[in-house]
Amino acid sequence: MASELKPGALIARIRASRRNKKSPPFVLDLSVEVPAGITILFGPSGAGKSTLLDCIAGLVRPEEGRIALGEKTLFDAETRVELPPQQRKMGYLFQSAALFPHMSVEENVAYGLDKVPANVRQEQVREILEAFRVEALRARKPGEISGGEGQRVALARSLVTGPRALLLDEPLTGLDAGLKSAIVDDLRAWNAAKRIPILYVTHSREEVDALGERVIALENGRVVSSGAPMDVLDAPRRKRLAQAAGFENLLAGTVLDLREADGVMRVRLGETACEIEVPLGYAAVGNRVRVAIRAGDILLATEEPRGLSARNVIAGQITLLERRGTMVIARVNCGVMFLAHITPGAVRSLELTAGRKVWLVLKTHSCHAVD
Amino acid sequence: MAGPLLLSLKLASVVAMLLLVVGVPAAYWLAFSRWRGKFLVESVVALPLVLPPTVLGFYVLVAMGPRGPLGKLWIAFFGHGLAFTFGGLVLASVLYSLPFTVQPLTAAFESVDRKLLDASAVLGAGKLRTFWRVILPLSIPGVVTAVVLSFAHTMGEFGVVLMVGGNLAGVTRTASITVYDDVQALDYAAANQTALVLLLISFAVLCAVYGMNRRVWKLWPAS
Repeated sequence: MASELKPGALIARIRASRRNKKSPPFVLDLSVEVPAGITILFGPSGAGKSTLLDCIAGLVRPEEGRIALGEKTLFDAETRVELPPQQRKMGYLFQSAALFPHMSVEENVAYGLDKVPANVRQEQVREILEAFRVEALRARKPGEISGGEGQRVALARSLVTGPRALLLDEPLTGLDAGLKSAIVDDLRAWNAAKRIPILYVTHSREEVDALGERVIALENGRVVSSGAPMDVLDAPRRKRLAQAAGFENLLAGTVLDLREADGVMRVRLGETACEIEVPLGYAAVGNRVRVAIRAGDILLATEEPRGLSARNVIAGQITLLERRGTMVIARVNCGVMFLAHITPGAVRSLELTAGRKVWLVLKTHSCHAVD
Repeated sequence: MAGPLLLSLKLASVVAMLLLVVGVPAAYWLAFSRWRGKFLVESVVALPLVLPPTVLGFYVLVAMGPRGPLGKLWIAFFGHGLAFTFGGLVLASVLYSLPFTVQPLTAAFESVDRKLLDASAVLGAGKLRTFWRVILPLSIPGVVTAVVLSFAHTMGEFGVVLMVGGNLAGVTRTASITVYDDVQALDYAAANQTALVLLLISFAVLCAVYGMNRRVWKLWPAS
């Protein structure tokens, strides 16, 4: 039964359910294996990501299954093993930093080191505060530091105890981009030094790209796919996952023909004359599929382009240009509505306005057939 | 006047301390137990709030009497009865003021963010350490409220004391009973003296609580 594992890997093969009166019963039923390094747990909210972390940390008891960290069994329903959370040697970083409000930053970080002699403890606390560049906040209370500082202190507090595995539940949500990348750098440096299993929950594509070595995609309590980030997220199989991964265009269509020699198939979008070429998927002629395309993967041209390698050129008309920060969202009507992301500079130099006729250019491999 | 007043202060202090010892574990259990029948215990704890003091006093008196279960046990250990003694008064007062300790403590424990308790557990702390280091420090205002309310409530009790303690000078005659005695004897001046002191003590104690709670909250901003 036991699979061959590298030492220290975290495995969880569990079934856990959560019931409350308001929502339909939710069942988490999955098997995951987290080797040393950063594994991203990705999926829409309500997929069971936090429940999985709570089960691994010992805060929620699964009904069936087994959880082990390396050689050590943390939970086994059959042999009735259940280590309490305080004996699991996990680091767990919550979305809310959960710092103890009545203790200083230093006391917070020292909290997990009560069994270490006082002089060693002081030294370890000082080192980690320096490593995370928060030593200046030593004497402050959590109410007196910013959200990003708080999250960094919480990370230091989790790591100073030398956990055997680290669980992070959307730790960067709500922080600004600069702080995020600083914390991501800290985490990567720490990961490079220690190499323990790190399970990182997020639904931010940016964080996946910045951190992920592997991705496990969760949906509705089950693993829907896992592997390298590109394989899991860039070829989504399911509609909800496609939305979560930031595919702004999700268009219904019908398969017209399969060109297996070229590795492509032609799909007619909706009831329009609009046809695009997409990579060959698990579909037969006449099947209804959805095509997922990122708004950022679409090029706009004001004249019909020629001599391109891109196979899909579709004529349409701009119906709306909407500025969002440093980006412009263009709605283009080609019989079906497309969303494209362009820069304000491009809008100016191409003199784009609502009503203007444009051509959309799509690479075949930017189009993903989704069943 | 001084004797009964000192007796009242002594009784209230002893009762408040005993209640803290009994009330903290009880409140912890009430705050964190997931037992379905918990409401039964909650109801029993709250009973003294609605029961006439004479009813509570009556049952305690019967239980403490030489034929009551408690009385028999007490006599077996100490050789004398419990009714009409200071010890009996303490016991009855503990029961009578129980909700004034347990309810503020339970509310305080329940209001501690559960994520903090999870964080403490994951960081290696057992239940006891989590209680001492996280739950209790964050519940200080509730603890202060509990101690002061049970103290003040015991200072002011009358019906239970009269039923259980009788009215023995120096043993069970508390300040509130003296007021009643003086009024019965038409000695309004003496009654007024004691009553005024009780009023001032109660007011001072409540001022201390409300003033302190405000300061404590300021020291530990919610985050």
